[in-house]
Amino acid sequence: MLKKRIIPCLDVKDGRTVKGINFIDLIDAGDPVVQASFYDRAGADELCFLDITASSDNRDTLLDVVERTAEKCFMPLTVGGGVRTVEDIRTLLLAGADKVSINTAAVYNPEFVAEASNKFGSQCIVVAIDAKKVSTGKWEIFTHGGRESTGIDALDWGALMETNGAGELLVTSMDKDGTRSGFDLALTKGIADNVGIPVIASGGVGSLDHLVDGIREGHASAVLAASIFHFGEFTIAEAKAFLAKEGVDIRPLNPT
Amino acid sequence: MKIIVIDYGSGNLRSAARAVETAANSVTRNSNVKVSSEVVDLKEADRIILPGQGSFGDCMNGLAALEGMLECLEVAVIQRGIPFMGICVGMQLMAAKGLEHGERSGLGWFPGSVGRLQPSDNTLKIPHMGWNDLTFHRTHPVFSGLPKSPHMYFVHSYAYTANDHDEIIAHADYGGLISAAIGRDNLIGVQFHPDKSQEQGLKVLANFVVWQP
Repeated sequence: MLKKRIIPCLDVKDGRTVKGINFIDLIDAGDPVVQASFYDRAGADELCFLDITASSDNRDTLLDVVERTAEKCFMPLTVGGGVRTVEDIRTLLLAGADKVSINTAAVYNPEFVAEASNKFGSQCIVVAIDAKKVSTGKWEIFTHGGRESTGIDALDWGALMETNGAGELLVTSMDKDGTRSGFDLALTKGIADNVGIPVIASGGVGSLDHLVDGIREGHASAVLAASIFHFGEFTIAEAKAFLAKEGVDIRPLNPT
Repeated sequence: MKIIVIDYGSGNLRSAARAVETAANSVTRNSNVKVSSEVVDLKEADRIILPGQGSFGDCMNGLAALEGMLECLEVAVIQRGIPFMGICVGMQLMAAKGLEHGERSGLGWFPGSVGRLQPSDNTLKIPHMGWNDLTFHRTHPVFSGLPKSPHMYFVHSYAYTANDHDEIIAHADYGGLISAAIGRDNLIGVQFHPDKSQEQGLKVLANFVVWQP
């Protein structure tokens, strides 16, 4: 049976991780490659790098991080942030990313997703959806970190992205992101039930219960979290043990 | 030992090659992993790995576009019996035919065909993406030393359907049985990505390197 995935996400800026990390045994906690290796050994199911480097001049630092990670972490790696062209995708895939996540560029030009998936295959095209609630049961796509509305309905958008060839959707609630109050479950479920491709729930995780909720109530195939893992509150092993106890099918860490 | 990972333009192979290298180094001292699209390298290969990403037709076209490659593969793998592993679409290409975007001939080393996943439960998502556990139908040296039902990482929307049940080494369950590993003589095909399946994936690759069919 296919297992639900737990995906730690690292924010990377100018080649360094942004959020602090509390693992005392890490030699260089600001090095994304060191953190990636840590999560690899800890049994994370996938890894995600989100590049928030402002200047395009510093994009090469991300490629270096991806290359060094792919050299030693033999697990699926998704990379997103600032992906605007087919060439950006090609460069990231060649550096060693398995999947590339497209966000704003898809909003500006939905055909870009079709072009990308035709060229590289749906399996490596993730569309990141940043949505904000506008009224009960209705969410809109926002860009620029949730500052700019687009007027696009999030559920319709998810369906369009599937049609255009996305292999997976990464759904982030801009209302919940950073609040530690749990995913926007209605949003996650709304999109997940409306498409035939996997949905990753993101934004708002503050406890292990939230991970369970995202899967059970949000119908997500995978749950993405950052701070609860980076700050050492919970290990991947603890998260997996909790999910298993709650009856969620996860990949066990120490199979016999 | 010379291990060739065939490059026919189906995506990044460096990380796959690095996984093979890491696995090989864990079991042998004198391995040499090379990503190549040259027939000349294939002629000297002790192990051949065919990865694959994208559609069946595109991959078959990519492989056929390499001068002399199909003929050379046939000689090395079928006539000379060099151990061969196909990964993901690389496994699917070993089939007689693919049914993705119209019917296409494959390498024809296994008589079955490759078709779209049709899980019995329509809430199951496609692609089949993530970690799934294997159920073994028989033992095989390439899968020795693994847990009883190891988890491997899958990403695919199409899968191989065997005509002959004996070809199947292991299946995964996703609203029906998926051919996860097939094998015969010196041929191995895996639908999952051993190069993305952490420790247990590396074990499969290491076993393949030392396998003497």
